[in-house]
Amino acid sequence: MKDPWLPQPAVVIDKVMETADVATLALKLVDPVAHARFHFECGQFNMLYLYGLGEVPISIMDMQQGLVLHTIRAVGRISRKLVALEPGASLGLRGPFGNSWPIEQARGRDLVFITAGLGCAPVIAAIRRAIATRPAYRRLVIMQGVKHRDDLLWQEQYERWREVPDCQVLLSASEEKQAHFAWSLGMVTGLIEKAEFDVNNCTVMMCGPEPMIRASMRGLAEAGVGLENCYVSLERNMQCAIGLCGHCQMGTPFICREGPVFRVPDIQQWFLLEGY
Amino acid sequence: MQQSAFLPREALSQLFQALQGDGYRVVGPTAEQGAIVYRELGSVAELPAGLVDHQAPGRYRLEQQAHGRYFDWVGTAQGLKPWLFTPEQPLMVAREVEGGLRFESVRETVPPTAVIGLRNCDLAALALQDRHFLQGEYPDPHYAARREQLLLIAVNCHRSAATCFCVSTGDGPEVTAGADLVLDELGAGFWVWASSPRGRALLARLPTRPLAGAHKRRSKALRKRARLQQRALPSTDLREPLYKARDNEQLWQSVADRCLTCGNCAAVCPTCFCSRVDEESPLDASQSTQIRRWDTCFNDEHSYLVGHVVRESAVHKYRQWLTHKLAMWHDQYDRSGCTGCGRCITWCPVGIDIVEEVDRLCTEVKAGAPRE
Repeated sequence: MKDPWLPQPAVVIDKVMETADVATLALKLVDPVAHARFHFECGQFNMLYLYGLGEVPISIMDMQQGLVLHTIRAVGRISRKLVALEPGASLGLRGPFGNSWPIEQARGRDLVFITAGLGCAPVIAAIRRAIATRPAYRRLVIMQGVKHRDDLLWQEQYERWREVPDCQVLLSASEEKQAHFAWSLGMVTGLIEKAEFDVNNCTVMMCGPEPMIRASMRGLAEAGVGLENCYVSLERNMQCAIGLCGHCQMGTPFICREGPVFRVPDIQQWFLLEGY
Repeated sequence: MQQSAFLPREALSQLFQALQGDGYRVVGPTAEQGAIVYRELGSVAELPAGLVDHQAPGRYRLEQQAHGRYFDWVGTAQGLKPWLFTPEQPLMVAREVEGGLRFESVRETVPPTAVIGLRNCDLAALALQDRHFLQGEYPDPHYAARREQLLLIAVNCHRSAATCFCVSTGDGPEVTAGADLVLDELGAGFWVWASSPRGRALLARLPTRPLAGAHKRRSKALRKRARLQQRALPSTDLREPLYKARDNEQLWQSVADRCLTCGNCAAVCPTCFCSRVDEESPLDASQSTQIRRWDTCFNDEHSYLVGHVVRESAVHKYRQWLTHKLAMWHDQYDRSGCTGCGRCITWCPVGIDIVEEVDRLCTEVKAGAPRE
């Protein structure tokens, strides 16, 4: 029987400090065969292990030049140490786990991305894939909210996306006082009314803090988008990633197993209730 | 094909010897700290002869009776859960070596284990734990290692405790499936059924006698008596009323006011499967071990997310436990997660009664309790 609890040795090849407390780690599995075999779908996550500390679930931002990219904010006991790792450091990796964004099913439709804070990381690979296979989709709308403009990760990338044909990039900052030509003031959900897309032929992908997801669901419904075309990536305390530990149950589904990506109608009876 | 015969009381020790001779460790009931518990047993002498349990909400007492029957008690403090899904389970060991980290699986050597004395509610719970730990995409190798070594000798209940409600959940009191041998204790011995090839082989080696008509009649009467239970859950799928109750937090306040959120109910529940993963290193940091420990949805840490706890109040915790057990389980594992053993009632320090709470919730939902 294969041991699903066993991490694989990995090493940090490169590190980019994105902001004062957010780093992107580029990882490689030590075993070349395992590394060559590593494959992920947009929206999946890995369990990253630090010696003597334990594991945390981290979404896969993308793979580039054969390296697995994780963008991590230093917020908890283990994530703080992950952000402090330098190239050459050793860690463990289990994964990938979970399901993925409905990128294939969304062909021929407008794609709408709504993210806030570090919620952008789990959708970056999906956006990049959509742009790389541009003719397969109609319009793209990318909405990202941050507290302060300085918090925006990958500003250059967002600027490049503005140049993509039929691609609308909308940014908002909730805690800025001054207006800025490329930015809106307020929450990301305020951007929905500025977004230009076909409400009858779109697929929406959302990730961010839960209050922002709830507000987006309301905003989308008001705009006339059917919630059956909206998807959300969710987070709960995951300790095993293999559907055994029970921590990440949100009502019926185990988020590590049936998620982290859910079609909104499949999860909203639980998601909208406090305490599940 | 089933096979049955009569085993004289004094020949039970030969069953023990046969098992031990085949290399089994024998795990069975014995009295310890005022309760019947499963322990590894050396001989029949350690069985709780003549002990009878009295259970009630928040109460468990043993009484010595003169009849000397080995299995006249009804409920053990724990079911089979700790023997398979162990309270503490090392998962993997990490070491720092030249050029990085090395990870090793933990592989246990589990001796063949014969468990004697199991009741049907616990066999039903075992089937549910099998479903969770073995039948998903990632079977748990530690549970599997123990499960593969089990031989199960079950016992038909001849009475019910005041806290039992297995009749209403369809999980007892009679043994229906999942055991290798089934014992029905009559005064002078046991009516023994073999219900697996291993059970039949074992039975063939015991000094059995043909069964008398009187044995059958006595057994039938005793098994019928066991069906008389004081508690019953509604024998229907409870999703509809419980999901209605879920949406109205007010309905949960009266039980939350009493619940200590101690998690005893989840600890003794034979189907509760939650665990947390800890990391432990010796002082010299020569290695680091990941250890799985039982957890319950009554702990704050269970639903901790960076910055907040999803289920902080007793309302949210008790609601999670009860709705998961009796409603969400239907979607996850195609049946309720309760097998009617009644342990959560007995071992609740304030005597919260799951049956009473479900009755109240269903009644209040039906009456259309005012929304907050």
